[in-house]
Amino acid sequence: MPADAVAVRARTHGGALLASELRVLFRRWRTWAMLAALASIPVLMAVVVRLSSEPPGPGEGPPFLDQVTNNGMFVAVTALVVTTPLFLPLTVAVVSGDTIAGEASLGTLRYLLVAPAGRVRLLLVKYLSAVVFCLAASGTVLLVGWAIGVALFGAGEATLLSGDTIGVGDAVLRSLLVGAHVSICMLGLAAVGLFISTLTDAGVGAMAAVAVLTIVAQVLGQLDQLAWLHPWLFTHHWLAFADLLREPVVWTSFTQNALLQAAYVAFFGALAYGRFSTKDVLS
Amino acid sequence: MSETASLADQAETETADLAIATTALTKRFGHQLAVNGIDLAVPRGSVFGFLGPNGSGKTTTIRVLLGLASATSGTARVLGHDVPSGLRDALPRVGALIEGPAFYPFLSGADNLRRLDSADARADPGTRDARTARALERVGLTHAARKKARAYSLGMKQRLGIAAALLTPRDLLVLDEPTNGLDPQGTREVRSLIRAVAGEGTTVFVSSHLLAEVEQICTHAAVMHVGSLVAQGSLDELRGSGERVVRMLTPDGDRAVAELARLGLGAAEADAAAAAARRAGPGEVTLEAALPDDGPAAEDLVAALVTAGVRVRGFDVARPSLEERFVALTGEGFDVAR
Repeated sequence: MPADAVAVRARTHGGALLASELRVLFRRWRTWAMLAALASIPVLMAVVVRLSSEPPGPGEGPPFLDQVTNNGMFVAVTALVVTTPLFLPLTVAVVSGDTIAGEASLGTLRYLLVAPAGRVRLLLVKYLSAVVFCLAASGTVLLVGWAIGVALFGAGEATLLSGDTIGVGDAVLRSLLVGAHVSICMLGLAAVGLFISTLTDAGVGAMAAVAVLTIVAQVLGQLDQLAWLHPWLFTHHWLAFADLLREPVVWTSFTQNALLQAAYVAFFGALAYGRFSTKDVLS
Repeated sequence: MSETASLADQAETETADLAIATTALTKRFGHQLAVNGIDLAVPRGSVFGFLGPNGSGKTTTIRVLLGLASATSGTARVLGHDVPSGLRDALPRVGALIEGPAFYPFLSGADNLRRLDSADARADPGTRDARTARALERVGLTHAARKKARAYSLGMKQRLGIAAALLTPRDLLVLDEPTNGLDPQGTREVRSLIRAVAGEGTTVFVSSHLLAEVEQICTHAAVMHVGSLVAQGSLDELRGSGERVVRMLTPDGDRAVAELARLGLGAAEADAAAAAARRAGPGEVTLEAALPDDGPAAEDLVAALVTAGVRVRGFDVARPSLEERFVALTGEGFDVAR
């Protein structure tokens, strides 16, 4: 009897969708291609520094590049700094822009909704999977940076921006902090991507829009005439990692950034909810 | 007072017997009226054919019923739950194929089914693999379970879509054009699958623009035309609702028309093509006349005609076939409507 079968199924298994979402994300060739591309940055940097005859002098090249030869772990920090303005947000744009629009263009959105996944639940799961990707992306750069750095330069003492010298344990901690900062920086962008993704049935269009927004925000951030706007740009604190490399750590920009990103998540999450919960799914 | 209550009870029982019930359901896209105030009544346990030309509003109706699109006005109930507020409880008991199957091309057929199954929070993960295997077996795709969906043919995708709709025991199966892209053999398989599912007590709501594809399996049907419901009921009711037609073959056309008119029937010569189809010989004509249900009996008609000196060479009283009925209801027949 079909009717009785339903009563038996009264227990719910809400976490299954997130697990399935992550499996789908990490079963895609595209996801691994992006992570591999991100991983190539610290590798390239470390190999080039290793092969050059002179070590980079203080202040040369990307920040902390001169520290790399002392402590290989700083490869991770330098690579994070280099990937934050463009490379990392591009990959986040691809994943977050694809969340809803990608399902719509495949046609699978209608089947998820009649399963029924529940619109709010699906939106939450999609955002959480984008968050997991942000962590995986910055984590990849961090781990590969550590590995290649220690392999080529070993782990020794390094000098912080404040002039203090730190040991290996502290270097691990500091680079983790920078990784956390960079991950948090991507959370607001992922929420913007989720919202844009609810506006269209074309996944590629949503990805491109998110990527363009990232660039526009950074261009606006360089125009002094718009100084009043700068604290509100989600890119404002993206490169404010320097305070995490002082002794003692100055937390101001880290916390300000976390609050700003939380505000972006709340605002664009609400917009995405408002849009998606009432949207006619005709794809 | 008590009379009102019993009337309400009666109305309640009536809706409870319906798997799908809508009242004045309307969906408007901008200026276009896609669904125009339809009152659908799909009895539980029926195999319900939802017929109409392409573009007559069938898929839009299905999208509204399943909560994918919101109704502009009117109400709908699915398995006794209000749409859309009660759909969370109704949808786990509804399997659906909507406007063609859709899959993740980079996942295998089985993984695609697992993915959709895990979207349903009430589906038990413990039995997921077994149910997936069973659904694949039912549509004959066991051999292709590990193949990536991008390598599936159109017919295999269609069958995988039906497998997804059968992942858990369902009370209602909504199949939108389930035979699209299938060869005659595949069409037969889908028909027998629908019969089997209906045999388990599941209500099947199947839309089609091809009457012939569903006529053999349906117990009930509704006909859409440009967003409106122009007929619905059991197949017998639909067949019976057409007016009877007298067809006769005679060399004495004018005399027959006059005699039929005297008996209250407005006869007319059938068009040339129909006459040719009836193989009217030289000098013969085929006459057609609508016969009202309260009109004279066939034998009295023939007797009167013969008495009046009409040479009757062929005489037939018939109800129109379902096909003729639907062509009459939808005007231009089962071609594209807009």
